Amino acid sequence: MKAAPMKDIVITGMGATTPLGGDLASTWQAMLAGESGIVEITEEWAPDLPVRIAGYVKVDPSEKIDRVKARRLDRNTQLALIAAEEAWLDAGLGLGEDNPIDPETLAVCLGSGIGGLHTLLGQWDVYKERGPRRVTPFTIPMLMANASAANVGLLVNAAAAVHAPVSACASSNEAISLAVDQIRLGRAGIVVAGGTEATIHPLPIGAFAQMQALSRRNDDPAAASRPWDKGRDGFVLSEGSAVLVLESLEHAQARGAKIYGTIAGAGVSDDNHDIVQPDPGGLGQSRAMEKALRNSGLQASDIIHVNAHGTSTPQGDMTEAGSIRRALGASADQVVVTSTKSMTGHLLGAAGALETVATVLALKERLVPPTINLHDPEDGLSIDVAANEPRPLPEGDLAALNNSFGFGGHNVAVAVTNANVTR
Amino acid sequence: MATTEEIRAQLAELVNDVAGVPVEDVQLDKSFVDDLDVDSLAMVEIIVGCEEKFGVTIPDEESKNLKTVGDAVAYIEQHS
Repeated sequence: MKAAPMKDIVITGMGATTPLGGDLASTWQAMLAGESGIVEITEEWAPDLPVRIAGYVKVDPSEKIDRVKARRLDRNTQLALIAAEEAWLDAGLGLGEDNPIDPETLAVCLGSGIGGLHTLLGQWDVYKERGPRRVTPFTIPMLMANASAANVGLLVNAAAAVHAPVSACASSNEAISLAVDQIRLGRAGIVVAGGTEATIHPLPIGAFAQMQALSRRNDDPAAASRPWDKGRDGFVLSEGSAVLVLESLEHAQARGAKIYGTIAGAGVSDDNHDIVQPDPGGLGQSRAMEKALRNSGLQASDIIHVNAHGTSTPQGDMTEAGSIRRALGASADQVVVTSTKSMTGHLLGAAGALETVATVLALKERLVPPTINLHDPEDGLSIDVAANEPRPLPEGDLAALNNSFGFGGHNVAVAVTNANVTR
Repeated sequence: MATTEEIRAQLAELVNDVAGVPVEDVQLDKSFVDDLDVDSLAMVEIIVGCEEKFGVTIPDEESKNLKTVGDAVAYIEQHS
């Protein structure tokens, strides 16, 4: 691999709470085992809806966040705090008096596609039923789109900056891209980056269903998310959070941190085509991947793995397959593609961070998690997907891309390498 | 008519629910802010909670004067 034009950012800590597990280790084990986190919705409102399946976090946040604290935090933020604390401790760092990091060098970049939805809708219910005097005074700091980023900032004591990028389902990949920029620009030495989402509520499910965006395989939840399979009929809404601790190499080495791998760079583009439909030609998606390669100093031939956006929608999956092939050219033949959404469902604004974490672990463990439910691949599928079984990766230096695309035409590709890459 | 102690005990449950303060700490001489560490938004919840629990109305300009648990109990006794 040739010399990088800009310095690498190293990954020193990771955490997650997902439909597959209450922490990253259990989530990763479930991914390798090809488990599905999708279940039937049993809440009293479900029978009214055409879609009655979703991916709830495996461990409810009430098991980790005490009741009084939880009253002031939207579920979206509770999940972020759980993932962020796991990542921070995993990085070998302490909290409170045991926190060794200079706050002025610490930033947070943590995105959410929608924000404090349960608070917004729940307090509107309170207002309508009991009047404005009964609305909690915590409503605004709970529902605001930056609430999770700001609360994570308070948790880890970040004073350099706190950012909350919002770009629908690309939000947390954009957060990682922004974190890379902040470190390269010298604005921070260490950044807590990731995403969170908690929108399992009848309104968004009903609204996504009205767009014909969701799978209606209500009788078989575990088989509902099936990227590139001919039987796919839409994505499955899930909740959760994933967070990474990113540092400049010098910052990590100065404190003797363990290193999982690097974020070599990122590429951002916009389709500029339609507010919800991806450009069917996939040009914007390809541009994001090409920019990620240039930003990282990587060649297409360096890429061995792509964690695709792959949401299990009829149009989106095949558009992305074409985009990957266009961006990587003949090198696409050697690339193992997967969509971990086949198991997790779609975490919207948290998807990019969770899938970046999965990409980092795939390179570190040299094992790509499978795309489950792929039994009847779409005709003309031009990419090699790790269907139903994990796929081993070769020895040596490895590089991969993680794609996230969002309503609004947002495309963000993050380039990851394993820890031993020397360029 | 509830006694002072009954009102204090019910208020203590409310403060515990909103702010996690142990009920035994909620005594008449305690300041909500200085002794019990209740912040301004939690204080709003306590005021509204008192209105519901005790059937009183506490206008915003009055609530500023309720500095101690004893102030709140006395207001409730006088207005319920």
